[in-house]
Amino acid sequence: MTALQLTWFLLVGLFVIGYTVLAGFDLGLSMLALRARGAREYKAILAALGPFWDGNEVWLIGAGALLFAVFPPVYAALFSGFYLLFMLALFGLILRVVSIEFARTAEPAGLAAWSIAMGLGSVLAVFLFGVIIGNVLRGISLDGEGIFTGTQVSLFNIFSILVGMLNLAMILTHGALYLSWKSDGRTRHKVRRVAQASWALYLALAILVMVMAPVQFPHLSRNFDGMRALWLIPLFAIGAIFFIGVWNDLRREKLAFFTSVVAIVALLGTIVVSLFPILLPSQQNPDTWSLTIMNSASSPASLTAMLIITLIGLPIVILYTAWIYRIFGGKIGEEGEY
Amino acid sequence: MEAEILARWQFAVTIGYHFIFAPLTIGLSWLIFWLMTRYLRTGDPAARNLARFWINLFAISFVVGVATGLSMEFQFGANWARYSRFVGDIFGPPLAAEVIFTFFLESTFLAVLLLGWKRVSPRAMWFASLMIAIGSTMSAFWILAANSWMQTPDGYSMATGSPVLTDFWAALWNHSTGQRFLHTLVAALMTGSFFMLGISAWLLLKGRHARAARMTLVVSLSVAFVTSVSQLSTGHLHAVQVAHTQPAKLAAFEGLFTTQRHAPLVLFGFLDERNKTVHYAIRAPGLLSFLISFRSSDKVTGLDAFPRSEWPPLRLTFYPFHVMVGIGLYLIFFSILGLALAGRKRLFTARTYLIAAVCTIPLPFVANELGWITAEVGRQPWIVYGVMRTGDATSSNVPAGQVIFSLVFFSLLYIVFTIAWIIAARRELRHGPEEVEAETDIAPEEPA
Repeated sequence: MTALQLTWFLLVGLFVIGYTVLAGFDLGLSMLALRARGAREYKAILAALGPFWDGNEVWLIGAGALLFAVFPPVYAALFSGFYLLFMLALFGLILRVVSIEFARTAEPAGLAAWSIAMGLGSVLAVFLFGVIIGNVLRGISLDGEGIFTGTQVSLFNIFSILVGMLNLAMILTHGALYLSWKSDGRTRHKVRRVAQASWALYLALAILVMVMAPVQFPHLSRNFDGMRALWLIPLFAIGAIFFIGVWNDLRREKLAFFTSVVAIVALLGTIVVSLFPILLPSQQNPDTWSLTIMNSASSPASLTAMLIITLIGLPIVILYTAWIYRIFGGKIGEEGEY
Repeated sequence: MEAEILARWQFAVTIGYHFIFAPLTIGLSWLIFWLMTRYLRTGDPAARNLARFWINLFAISFVVGVATGLSMEFQFGANWARYSRFVGDIFGPPLAAEVIFTFFLESTFLAVLLLGWKRVSPRAMWFASLMIAIGSTMSAFWILAANSWMQTPDGYSMATGSPVLTDFWAALWNHSTGQRFLHTLVAALMTGSFFMLGISAWLLLKGRHARAARMTLVVSLSVAFVTSVSQLSTGHLHAVQVAHTQPAKLAAFEGLFTTQRHAPLVLFGFLDERNKTVHYAIRAPGLLSFLISFRSSDKVTGLDAFPRSEWPPLRLTFYPFHVMVGIGLYLIFFSILGLALAGRKRLFTARTYLIAAVCTIPLPFVANELGWITAEVGRQPWIVYGVMRTGDATSSNVPAGQVIFSLVFFSLLYIVFTIAWIIAARRELRHGPEEVEAETDIAPEEPA
């Protein structure tokens, strides 16, 4: 593995982290619409989504485009192999994007309908993203050409469904903590209770999945066997998840939210160390047919060109993203207006 | 084969739908920038409200564009896996650049422009509108650079059996990037300005917001005129490039079956593929040769120079091309007519013209779609011209049933989008730009 390939692996990882952490809170916020009652609560959710969700969504487009650019065979195998999962997830995301925009300008009658559509779209997308990650972890039926040969039904297995539910609980907790940090009064307390309930599920599912994974799928524990210290990463993730609930119980929502950020990063880190350097494991022949960083990366010339583009562009992106979070910082008003 | 046809349909539906909104937002973004500049200069609350009105119309179109853009990205990998694997190395840099340089820019600053009025200074709002205009324009550049590489590939080697990038600049500025970017950008500005022209005319006809409507009417008419006329030259440049780099495509545009000197320009006619002729054609003798090389005696390559298997579908190239050109000429005529009326100070009262302006709104959109069909169908049977055939590009493991499912699914979704867009646009229109009330609005709001 060259340094260039490793750098690109980390950069694609950065986009995945960016998407999960940033879009995570707005996806979670959108799901809260399913529990909301009355125009005031819908408007609080929409106001919290306000200026951020659109930019957050770009991290997904970025992650997808960079996957295509940096690891074309993985992109091709993943999207054609998990055809229905991706199409349905995409449907959920698009439904959500459009619902947010129309809920924002809707008359009171349309407000509830668009908000619920937004919530359902988010649930669908988040669950399916979890199912996709579950399948990537357990390995898929991948032939020597890097083509998925399994059936669509086989992708709905117990392990992957559990990961899907874990993702739902994680994102819902993340979003609820964000809203409860950003709001006051009744909304804050109602949402804090939602966060506490979903947190319990989050913790239980995280432990279950982490125990199941290495027992059922031995290839996931290979790196850990080679280097015992790596166990600290999943343990750290579980610890972070645990403390989310503690802080939330103490009504320290801001601290709980940032602990949730740490937990998400640690969970994604656990996935990385479980698979590294594999990106998409082949069930038939894990050692030679799996798609890895080395056998999937684009040519050095292409990677270099993209690296230069990224080194110029990304600092600017971070700069104005920080600016927008600063100008729209602070609690949202009771009227849900900016 | 069946799955391939369906995958093509799905791609055509998705991109065709996306391409309704993308040019509109690019065009409107510059007109909004102009409105914001005017607000910044004058500090007039009426100017601010007018800008906000157009920003709202822009935003609903932008959102639909983003949503369908997302599905395009997913679709590359899902339906065109072999293609994605094949061109990933080349497509990578422009795609990465589009995401990093433009997507974040557009979406972040749109949020500022929609919601920042009470939080940042008018100067920052103006800056945000500039960033959106630059972002959407650059976005068009990067994606057209990638698409142009499919038309006229350059800067790569085939040593390993699939293209590997050897020269970034040559791949980026391949033989058609510049021409196609210019042609599309001008088309986008035309789309935006005729849209604004029609909406302003509609407001005038309804007798509402007359002052604001008159102003946007004059400005959009001027932009419409300048861009429509310059589209003649960008279209010409593009056609000359096609003649040099993709002669089969040009021959299909023109319905030119035999290679000849003094090649005529077919103004219109009925294409007969079996008998290799154009019936009832109105021809301008020698004009095609003249347009391409400025010498009517020059030879133009016809379809007979290519085996039948390398002909693009002729009717789907010939008719869209001619109708597009026809619409372009009409738009020039229409904008000149408007300027003539304005010169006689009759523009705001010429009801027939205003009604015609409302009816003209769809035409640039139609021309965009036809131009895109001409460009993409004209490249067939190649997905990457001379390098990869479209039939070899699909996902080998995605059966027709799955493609049908997603095709139906997304078509329904797009219908829902359209209805939602119309509802939202109608609400904006009925509401119109906020009227300024003398006692509440005095000066631009203080930044927070």
